[in-house]
Amino acid sequence: MRLVVVGNGMAGARLVEEVRARDAGAEITVLGAETAQPYNRVLLSNVLAGTSRPGQVRLLDPSWYAEHGVTAVFGAEVTGIDRDARTVATADGRRVPYDVLALATGSEAVVPPIPGARDAFAFRTLDDCRRIIEAASAARGAVVVGGGLLGVEAARGLAGRGLQVTLLHLAGHLMERQLDAEAGQLLGETLAGLGVRIRTGVQVAEVLPGPGGVRLADGEVVPGDLVVLACGVRPLTGLARDAGLKVERGVVVDDELRTSDPAVFAVGECAEHDGNVYGLVAPAWEQAAVAAEVITGRAARYRGSRLVTRLKARSVELAAMGETQVDESADRTAEVVRFSHRARGTYRKLVIRDGRLVGAILLGESPVVGTLTQLFDRGGQVPGDRAGLLFPGLAPAQQTDSPVRMPDSARVCQCNNVTKGQIRACWEAGARDIASVAAATRATTGCGSCRDAVEGIVGWLCEQEGVSA
Amino acid sequence: MKPLESTIGSMPVASLPAPPPVKAPGTATHCPYCALQCGMSVAATEEAGVRDVVIAPRAEIPAGAGGLCQKGWTAGELLTNGSRLTTPLIEGRPATWAEALDHVAARLRRISAEHGPDAVAVFGGGGLTNEKAYLLGKFARMALRTSQIDYNGRFCMSSAAAASIRAFGMDRGMPFPVTDLAGADTVLVAGGNVAETMPPFVRHLARMRERGGRLIVTDPRLTPTAKAADLHLQLAPGTDLALALGLLHIAVAEGYVDEDYVAARTTGFDAVAISVSAWWPERVERVTGVPVALLREAARLLGTAKRAMVLTGRGAEQHAKGTDTVSAFINLALALGLPGTEGSGYACVTGQGNGQGGREHGQKADQLPGYRKIDDPAARAHVASVWGMDPGDLPGPGRSAYELLDALGTPGGPRALLLFGSNPVVSAPGAGRIAERLAGLDLLVVADVVLSETAAKAHVVLPVTQWAEESGTTTNLEGRVLLRRRAVAPPSGVRSDLAVLSGLAERLGHPEGFPAEPRAVFDELRRASAGGPADYAGITYERIAAETGVFWPCPAEDHPGTPRPFLDRFAHPDGRARFIPVNHRPADEEADEEYPIHLTTGRVLAHYQSGAQTRRIASLVRAVPEAYVELHPDLAERLGLADGDRVRVTSRRGGAEVPARITGAIRSDTVFMPFHWAGRASANLLTNPALDPVSRMPEFKVCAVRVEKA
Repeated sequence: MRLVVVGNGMAGARLVEEVRARDAGAEITVLGAETAQPYNRVLLSNVLAGTSRPGQVRLLDPSWYAEHGVTAVFGAEVTGIDRDARTVATADGRRVPYDVLALATGSEAVVPPIPGARDAFAFRTLDDCRRIIEAASAARGAVVVGGGLLGVEAARGLAGRGLQVTLLHLAGHLMERQLDAEAGQLLGETLAGLGVRIRTGVQVAEVLPGPGGVRLADGEVVPGDLVVLACGVRPLTGLARDAGLKVERGVVVDDELRTSDPAVFAVGECAEHDGNVYGLVAPAWEQAAVAAEVITGRAARYRGSRLVTRLKARSVELAAMGETQVDESADRTAEVVRFSHRARGTYRKLVIRDGRLVGAILLGESPVVGTLTQLFDRGGQVPGDRAGLLFPGLAPAQQTDSPVRMPDSARVCQCNNVTKGQIRACWEAGARDIASVAAATRATTGCGSCRDAVEGIVGWLCEQEGVSA
Repeated sequence: MKPLESTIGSMPVASLPAPPPVKAPGTATHCPYCALQCGMSVAATEEAGVRDVVIAPRAEIPAGAGGLCQKGWTAGELLTNGSRLTTPLIEGRPATWAEALDHVAARLRRISAEHGPDAVAVFGGGGLTNEKAYLLGKFARMALRTSQIDYNGRFCMSSAAAASIRAFGMDRGMPFPVTDLAGADTVLVAGGNVAETMPPFVRHLARMRERGGRLIVTDPRLTPTAKAADLHLQLAPGTDLALALGLLHIAVAEGYVDEDYVAARTTGFDAVAISVSAWWPERVERVTGVPVALLREAARLLGTAKRAMVLTGRGAEQHAKGTDTVSAFINLALALGLPGTEGSGYACVTGQGNGQGGREHGQKADQLPGYRKIDDPAARAHVASVWGMDPGDLPGPGRSAYELLDALGTPGGPRALLLFGSNPVVSAPGAGRIAERLAGLDLLVVADVVLSETAAKAHVVLPVTQWAEESGTTTNLEGRVLLRRRAVAPPSGVRSDLAVLSGLAERLGHPEGFPAEPRAVFDELRRASAGGPADYAGITYERIAAETGVFWPCPAEDHPGTPRPFLDRFAHPDGRARFIPVNHRPADEEADEEYPIHLTTGRVLAHYQSGAQTRRIASLVRAVPEAYVELHPDLAERLGLADGDRVRVTSRRGGAEVPARITGAIRSDTVFMPFHWAGRASANLLTNPALDPVSRMPEFKVCAVRVEKA
C-alpha cells in the first residue's frame, strides 16, 4: 500500500507514526509545506511565554524517518490532487502516486479584513512565534487582538516578558466559546492582576503602521509597538475543494475519517466530522489513531471527541470542558453546581445531566481538576455529594490524632498493630515512659513514626492521673 | 474499657514493666520476610519440649536501622507453629525420604526420556537463599538438562531489572546504601508503599524529612506512605509512564536538566527529549488525573534539590509496560544527573527477601550465575568450566515464569514441575488458569515448609527447613550480601532444599557437584560468579559477619566491596548510561461498560506474599484476618454498599468474594485488593496475565472489574 500524507503538522506526523506502528510494510510518503521538522504547536504559547524552550517543540527526531522507512519531503507545497490517476502534484513539479491519500493540511490564522492587518503578527506557526519573540525584545507595549484561548495565552506570555499588554476582544467576555460570562469576567480580572489590560466588546478598525498600535471602531487609539492577531483559525480546504471533495467548513469525513472519496482521508483541523471542526490537538490525535486503524485494514469508528480546554498561562489555572453554558431558567434537565469566590479568582461550575458530568469550568487552582477531567472523559456517574466533588477536603476526618479524643480502638502503631487501648492497658500495668510501652507492645519499633503519638498518649494518661511523665 | 487480650503477639503484657530486649542473647541473623532483611537475633529455649523463641532487632544492621515490624517480631512463631510439614508425602500418603526421592527421580528420568529434558520444569522463588537459587539453576541445567527454569521474582522485580540493565548495563536494584536516603533533599517513591511493605525503611525517609528533605509519593491510594509524604500524586492506575514523561517534560522546560552530566555520562538524551515533547503537563493531567500544579511542584522539588533520588516500586513496575515505565523514571533521574552521583540516584525498591540475590545466580530462564546471560558464549564457557561440563551441553534460555506456568501440561509444554519457595496457585496472575495447568501435570513436586495451596495439589510434597533452621546468604535491596545463620534445630523429618537437590542429583547420576552444605555451595557460587556483573568472588561468610554485609561486586577477598558501583562509570562498555526513548500506552485492559472499575492489588503490613507463612501466625491473622476490597465512599454509594458488606468482584478471568472496606483513601474509579489470600478471596483470580514484552512481567497492578453486592 502506498500512503501519501499531505501535511506534516501534529495531525499528519501522528498519522504517519500510527500507521507505521501498525504496518511495517506500507510505503509512506509525507509532504509538508513547512520546511521545519514537525513540531508541537501546543507548546508555542509556552515558547512565547518563555516557559518552554524553542528546541522543546520538536516532535520527531530527524532520523526517525530514515529509521522507519518513511519518505518525508519538507517545503513541498501540494498544488493539486488527481483523484482519477491517484496522484498528487507539488509546486516543485513532483507527481506522487498513492493508493490511500490522507489530508492533514490543518488550518490557517484568520486575518481580519481591516487596513494594516498585514503589518501585525499572526500567531500560528513556529516562525510566527520566533518573530513575535524577536519583536517583543525591543517593544515596551503590545496589543493582542482576540480574546480566545490563543489570544489569552499570548497576552499572558507577553506580559510575562515584561511588556505592557492590552488584550482586545470583540465579544462581551473572554473565551466566550468555552466560558460563561461570569467565568470570562473573572478570567479577565485574574489577567488584569497579572498586568494584562482587558478590553471586551471592542472592535478593531485598523492596525496602525509602525509602532502605532490599533485604532478601534469608535476612533480610540490603543497604543502598542507590537500587535499580535489571535482572531481564530480557518481550516485549509482549498486542495480538497479543488479536487471535488465535499467541503463545508472543513473537509467532510465520516466515522472512518474518509472524505467523499473513499481513497482519501482527512484528519485534524482541516476535517469536519458530524458538523464539528476541532481546533485542539487531542481530537486530531484521536482521529489519527482511528484513521490508522482503518487505513491498515482494521475496523474502527470515530465518534467525536470530548473537548477539554486547558489554558497554558503561568499563574492562571483554567480548565473548561464540554457544555459550560446552560440557560438554567429554560433548561430543567441540566443540574448546575456552582461556586464562585470572586475576590480569590475562584470559579467552579459543574453541568450534570442524567447523573453524568457533561461540562465544567474550573478557574483558579483546584485539586479536583484531574478527577473532574477524567470523570468527564469517561462519562462516569457523579457521586451524590456534589459539594464533595468540588471540595474533596470537606469529608470529615475519620479519626482524630488527639490522644484525648482518639477512641481506644484506634490503631496508633501501624507496624505492630497496637491500639490506644493496648497502650492504655500497658500504662495501667505500670508503664510510664515510651521505652516501657515499646518493650511491652512493640509500638514505635517498626517505622518509628508513631513515636509522637505514643508519647502524647502516655503523657496525657500521666497528666490525667496527676503524675508527671 | 475493653478487656485487653492477655498477650500481644507472643509477649506477655501482665508482667510489665519488662526491660526492653536491647541485647537479647541469640543468634545474629536476619528477618525471613522482605528485601530490607532487617537484622534480628533469634534466641530459642526449650523447656519440657516446648520451644520459646525470642526475637530482638539488631541495631548494627544499617538497612533495618534497629527496627522490626509486626511480621519480624512474630517471625519466631514460624519456628514453633504446629502446621509444619515433617514428612514427605506421595499422593498424600506419608513416605520416607528415600521413597520420596527415589520416586521423584524415577518419574523425572522416565518423563525426560520419553518427552525430552524440557518436559521437566523447575520453578524457584525470590525468597530462596543465594545458595539455593544457585544450586537450583545448576540442578536444572546440569542434572536435568532442562531450559525450563524460572522463578516468581519474574512477578516482582523483572521490569526494574530489565530497565536498569538497559540504562546502566547492570541491575543492582539500589546502587547505593539505603542509608544514603537520609541525606537526600527530595525522594520520589513511584508506586511504592514502604510504610506497609517494609516499615523500618521509613526510618531512613523520616531522617531525610527531619533534615528538611521532601518526600513525593505516587500512588492511586492514599497509603500510609503517601500520608507521610509532602506531596502525593494520586494517579489513575496504569498511568505511571505518562506521569514520568510529564515530569521529564517539565524538567526540560524549566531548565532542570543537568547538561554537564548528560554530556559527560550519558548517551541518547536528544531522542528522549524529543519524545517527551508530546507529554506537556496538561495532557499528562488528563491521562493521569494528577493536577498540573502538583506535577510542576514535583518536578520542582526534584529539579532544584541538591541531592535527589527516584525510587520505583511494584506499583510502577507490575504492568505490561513496566519496563518502559521504569525506563521513563530512569530517564528523568538521568536528566537530573542523579544516578552515579554520590547521595543521589535511581533505585528499585526490591520486594522479596532475596529478590536481589535470587535474580543473580541462575534460577532465571535467561541467566547464569553472576548475573551472566545464558546466550553469551563466554558466560557459558566460564560457568560450564566451573561445573565441569561441556558448554555445548548447557541448555539455552527457557520460558519466563507466567509462560512456563501457562505451558504446563499442554502439548509441547513441561509435564513435570519441581517447585521450590513459591505458591503460584495464590501468587500467579489469572490464578484460576494456573491451578488448571498444574492439575494437568504428570508430576508436581513441591518443596515447602507448610502445606501451601500449591503443595496441597502436588503429587509429591517434600518438607524442608526454613530461615532460622539453616544457614545461607541473602542479598538485600541494596545489593549487600548478608548471612542468615541457623539459630534453632529443624523439626525432625525435614531436610534443607539443598539436601533435596543433592539427593535428587545423586539419584540422577550426579553424586558430586551438588553439596548439601551451604558454605560449600557458596564457595562454588563465588567461583561461578567471578568475573560476572554480580561478582561474589571476594565475599566470604567470615567477611559478611565481620563487616555486617558486603556489597557486590566484590571480585577479591582484599576488595572492599562496592557500595556505589556507578560513581565513576556505568556498566556499559563505553561507561555511559543510556537514555531509552519510551512512550505511554493504555493498560492492556482498560475499564469499559461491562467492567467499569479499575482493580489494583498490593500488600498489607501484617501479611507477606501468598500468605503461606503469615496466615499461620495468630497475631498477624488477628491484625488482618481476611481479604477485603477497598473502595471509595462515592463508589460504595453508587453500588449501594455499606462497610463490611460481602461483595463480588468479577473480571474477565474470574470472580472473588470478599467484604467491602469503605475508605476515602482510594480513587473513586479504582478498587484495591490485597493478594495474600487463597480460594474465593484470591485477588489473583482477577488479575490480568498480559505480559511486558521485555521483562515478561504480568500486569498485576491494573485490570478492569465489576463490583456487586454478593
